[in-house]
Amino acid sequence: MLLAAALTTLTLGAYAPPANAEYGDIVINNYSDEAGMRPPIFPHWFHRIRFRCKICHSDLGFKFKAGGNDINMAKIINGEFCGACHNGEIAWSIENCEVCHSAKPGTPTQVHRSTLQTLIMPLGK
Amino acid sequence: MNKPSITVFAALITLAFLGVTGSSHAQAAALSTEKQDPNRFNRLLPPKDKRTPPVAEDGIHDPKGAGVKVLQEPREAFGVLIKGKGGNYVDWVKSLDKKKIKPLYDLDDPELVPMTVDMNIVREVKGTMPDVVFPHEQHTQWLECANCHPAIFIPQKGANPMSMVDIMLGNKCGVCHGTVAFPVTECRRCHSKAKPMKARQKVSAKSTRK
Repeated sequence: MLLAAALTTLTLGAYAPPANAEYGDIVINNYSDEAGMRPPIFPHWFHRIRFRCKICHSDLGFKFKAGGNDINMAKIINGEFCGACHNGEIAWSIENCEVCHSAKPGTPTQVHRSTLQTLIMPLGK
Repeated sequence: MNKPSITVFAALITLAFLGVTGSSHAQAAALSTEKQDPNRFNRLLPPKDKRTPPVAEDGIHDPKGAGVKVLQEPREAFGVLIKGKGGNYVDWVKSLDKKKIKPLYDLDDPELVPMTVDMNIVREVKGTMPDVVFPHEQHTQWLECANCHPAIFIPQKGANPMSMVDIMLGNKCGVCHGTVAFPVTECRRCHSKAKPMKARQKVSAKSTRK
């Protein structure tokens, strides 16, 4: 068991290059790992090219907190949160699971490359 | 297994683990720096051509997933935008001003334009840094009043004490600046109003006094 854990850490830790995805990419892993899905990644940059902050953060009620919105697929299907657009009309619909659920399994909830994340995980990690 | 033997076993595993990671790190380092100047600038930072990597190689997307094949490459999107210094290396405010992007303000009414507020708030800061100018204009192009008021900022002069530590921990301005809007490394974009000479002399006299 210990050996297995050590080997896993070793393969992940020693060979994974440092993640250098886009500033503001949000990984949400509230339920995904447990459910055997890749966690979803929300690319802020892609959305802010097309929508102003107000649409999601006022009209759709997204709080400014990664993982702080209790989003699940039932709500999305009901048109809440991501489902306000990802309904096959404004944007592609939810049957394209892997377009959102695209993170490496086990990636923790985070605001990628945020100042806080950089303070906790300094260079080279 | 009794307790001491578990401890010894754990210690051995740790030692073996350290040995292997140490040597593999050394190997990896040797491989990646073979043709690089060991005394180059910014050796720990990704070089400019490694910024904005392809989605499949960015370290958080799973290259084995189907998503990486259809997601837009940020480099493609950013190519037509105005470059910036930090964050996504895009100047989002200028890109919006120059109409390089035309983000919607309302889902139901695509013609709706934001009601902007042209009001600068000057915050006099401690120390020798220039004072902060907060422009409502640029912020209200993206957001509406209720996004910030009153939960993050009480709309009253002097009612919002804050520090750079607060901001770096993700509070106040740091809710956005340091997560999606330009990060605090771009000091002078906020600290932009030079203090009057008298005030500067007062501060420097204070800091040298023992």
